Amino acid sequence: MAKGVWIVAEQRDKALRKISFELASVARRLADELGEEVGAILLGAGVEGLAPELAKYGVDRVYLGEDPALAVYTTDGYAQAVAKIVKEKDPAILLLGSSAEGKDLSSRLAGRLATGLATDSVDVKIVSGRLIATRPLYAGKSFGEIEIVTNPQIASLRPNVFPVVENPKAGAVERFDPGLAGTTLATKVLEVQKDTTGRPDLTEANVIVSGGRGMKAPEGYQILEELADVLGATVGASRAAVDAGWRPQKDQVGQTGKVVSPNLYVACGISGAIQHLAGMSSSKYICAINKDAEAPIFAKADYGIVDDLFKVVPELTKECKKLLS
Amino acid sequence: MNIFVCVKQVPDSETQIKVKPDGSGIEEGNIKWIMNPYDEYGVEEALRIKEKKGGEVTVISVGPARVMETIRTALAMGADKGIQISDPAFDGADAYAIASALAAAIKAQPFDLVLCGQRAIDDDAGQVGSILAELLGIPQLTVVTKVDVEDKTVKAIRPIEGAQLLIEATLPCLITAQKGLNEPRYASLPGIMKAKKKPVDMKDAAALGVKPEAKARIIRLTPPPARAPGKIISGDDPAQKAAQMARLLREEAKVI
Ligand SMILES: Cc1cc2nc3c(=O)[nH]c(=O)nc-3n(C[C@H](O)[C@H](O)[C@H](O)COP(=O)(O)OP(=O)(O)OC[C@H]3O[C@@H](n4cnc5c(N)ncnc54)[C@H](O)[C@@H]3O)c2cc1C
Ligand SMILES: Nc1ncnc2c1ncn2[C@@H]1O[C@H](COP(=O)(O)O)[C@@H](O)[C@H]1O
Repeated sequence: MAKGVWIVAEQRDKALRKISFELASVARRLADELGEEVGAILLGAGVEGLAPELAKYGVDRVYLGEDPALAVYTTDGYAQAVAKIVKEKDPAILLLGSSAEGKDLSSRLAGRLATGLATDSVDVKIVSGRLIATRPLYAGKSFGEIEIVTNPQIASLRPNVFPVVENPKAGAVERFDPGLAGTTLATKVLEVQKDTTGRPDLTEANVIVSGGRGMKAPEGYQILEELADVLGATVGASRAAVDAGWRPQKDQVGQTGKVVSPNLYVACGISGAIQHLAGMSSSKYICAINKDAEAPIFAKADYGIVDDLFKVVPELTKECKKLLS
Repeated sequence: MNIFVCVKQVPDSETQIKVKPDGSGIEEGNIKWIMNPYDEYGVEEALRIKEKKGGEVTVISVGPARVMETIRTALAMGADKGIQISDPAFDGADAYAIASALAAAIKAQPFDLVLCGQRAIDDDAGQVGSILAELLGIPQLTVVTKVDVEDKTVKAIRPIEGAQLLIEATLPCLITAQKGLNEPRYASLPGIMKAKKKPVDMKDAAALGVKPEAKARIIRLTPPPARAPGKIISGDDPAQKAAQMARLLREEAKVI
C-alpha cells in the first residue's frame, strides 16, 4: 500500500529554495496526521550537503539522486529521476511547489505516473486518509476542494502561502540511481540570463509595491522604487502598465501575469480589476492608494488611502524610513 | 510542418462566476464563452511559424457543441482545419482525460509541433500541455515568451523566478504559450467567411478509442473566502494619512 508524504525539494545553484522548506513543513503536518514518514527527493549534482537543511524542517528521509545531467533542471531529466524512485517506493502523497520548475515537473509527472494533480493549492488537509487540496479556480472567483483519486496524490503548493516550521528530524540520506546514464536528454538549457534588479522575484517577495495606470508614465515608478528600497520590496505592475510598455512583462501581477502571496501588497494607482485581483488576493495584507474612493481595490484592501498617490507615496516612504531606522 | 494547436473554450474573464447552491459546479446560464486567452497566443504563433516554414495548422478542441465557435474563431484567424471532440463522457473530465483525447486525435497523423496555452483561465490548472506531451512521448517547453523553430530543434525563452532561460528541445515538441509570446491577430472579415468552409472533423470518445477515468475530482466549489472589511484612513493631509498607514503596517499588521 502506498505510504509516506513526499516532497520534491527545489534547489538552484546548489542552494535550496524557500519553497522547499514550505513543502517540508506542510508534509510534516500531513505525515503526523497519517502517522507516516516524510520523504524528500533531492536532485542535482553535488547537493548532498543540503540534506541536513531539509531535516531541520521535518524530513525523515532524503532520497538523493545525483547525476551531472541533473545539475540544472530539465523536464525530462527530473521527471525521469522522480518517476523512478516514486515507482520503486510508492509514496501516497507527493508535494511540489507551484513555482516555475514545480509547475512544469508536477504536470509532467501527472502524465508519467498516470495520476491526478491539484495545481497551485492554497490549503491541504487529510480527510479519511486521503489528501484534499483547496485551490482557486476561475481566477479566484471560486475555490474548489479537490480529491485525487489515484496514487500518488500530487499537489503543487502556491509559494509564500504556507508557513515554514522548524521540526528537526533525522533526514537520513538514501542514495538512488536516477537512471540517466547513457541517455541523451531531449531538452537542454543553453543560457541563463539572471535578472539584475537585485530584488526578489515577485512570487517570492515578502513585500510588493505595485503600480498601475495611475503612475502616469514610466518615470512615475521612481517613487515606487524608492518605497521598495526602504521596505526591501519588489516592484510590480498592472497589465495596463505593462501593455503601455512602462514595465517589463515579468513585473505583471494578475490572471495573465504572476500570482503572488506576499505579506504586504501595496497597490498604487491600480483600480482592482478582477483580473488583477486574481493575482494578488491571497496576499496577507493589502494596502491601496487611489484617488477614486469607488475603485474596487478598496473592497480588498486592509488599509486604504483615498488621495493622489504622488502626494501620498513619498510621504509613506519617509514615514516608513523613520519607523525602520 | 504539421502544427496542432489545442484550444479551450472558457468563460470570459469578466464573467460573474456563480457557484451552484450544492457546490457541484458553476451556473452556466449567463456565461459569455471565449477562446482561452493563452490559446490565442498559441494559434498566433502557429500561424507565424506556418507563414515562415510552410505546412498546415490544425486546431483541436474538446468540449460540448458550443466549442465549434472557438474552432471557427481559430480558423478565421487563419488555421487550416479543425477537430472537434465532443462526447458527454468528457463533461467535467479532468486534465488527464482531456489530454488523452487530444493525444489520440493528434497521434492519428504526423505531427511536428503541438501548441497549448500555459493554462486555461477557468480551471487555472496548467496541466493539459505537459500531460499531452508525455502521452505523445515528446519534450515540452512550457510557459515560453519566444519561440524559434529550426530544422530539427526549437529554441524558446522561458522566464523563471529571477531569470530567463534559453532552452532547446528536439522536434517534435510541445510548447505552452505565455503572455508576451506575440500579439494575436484579429480575424478579418474575409477570414471569417473562409472559415465557414474549412473542414472540421467531429470525433467522440469511441472514435478515438479513449475511455476517460477520473484521477482528480472536484468535491465541492465554494465562493472565495471573504476578507475582513478594511480601514479607509481618513483626513485631508496626505502626509498625515501616510504616517497613519505606516504606523498601522508596523504596529497592527506587523508586516514592515
Ligand atoms: C483576459 C484578460 C486578462 C487580464 N489580465 C490582467 C492581469 O494579469 N493583470 C492586470 O493587472 N490586468 C489584467 N487585465 C486587465 C484588467 O482588466 C484591467 O484593465 C487592468 O488591471 C487595469 O489596470 P490599472 O488598474 O492599472 O488601470 P485602471 O483600471 O485604468 O486604473 C487606474 C487607477 O489609477 C487611479 N489613479 C489615477 N491617477 C491617480 C493618482 N494620481 N493618484 C491615485 N490614484 C490614481 C484611478 O483612480 C484608477 O483607479 C486583463 C484583462 C483581460 C481581458
Ligand atoms: N478541453 C480542451 N480542449 C482543447 N484544449 C484544451 C482543453 N483543455 C485544456 N486544453 C489545452 O491545455 C491548456 C492548459 O489547460 P489547463 O491544463 O486546463 O489549464 C489550454 O490552454 C489548452 O491549450
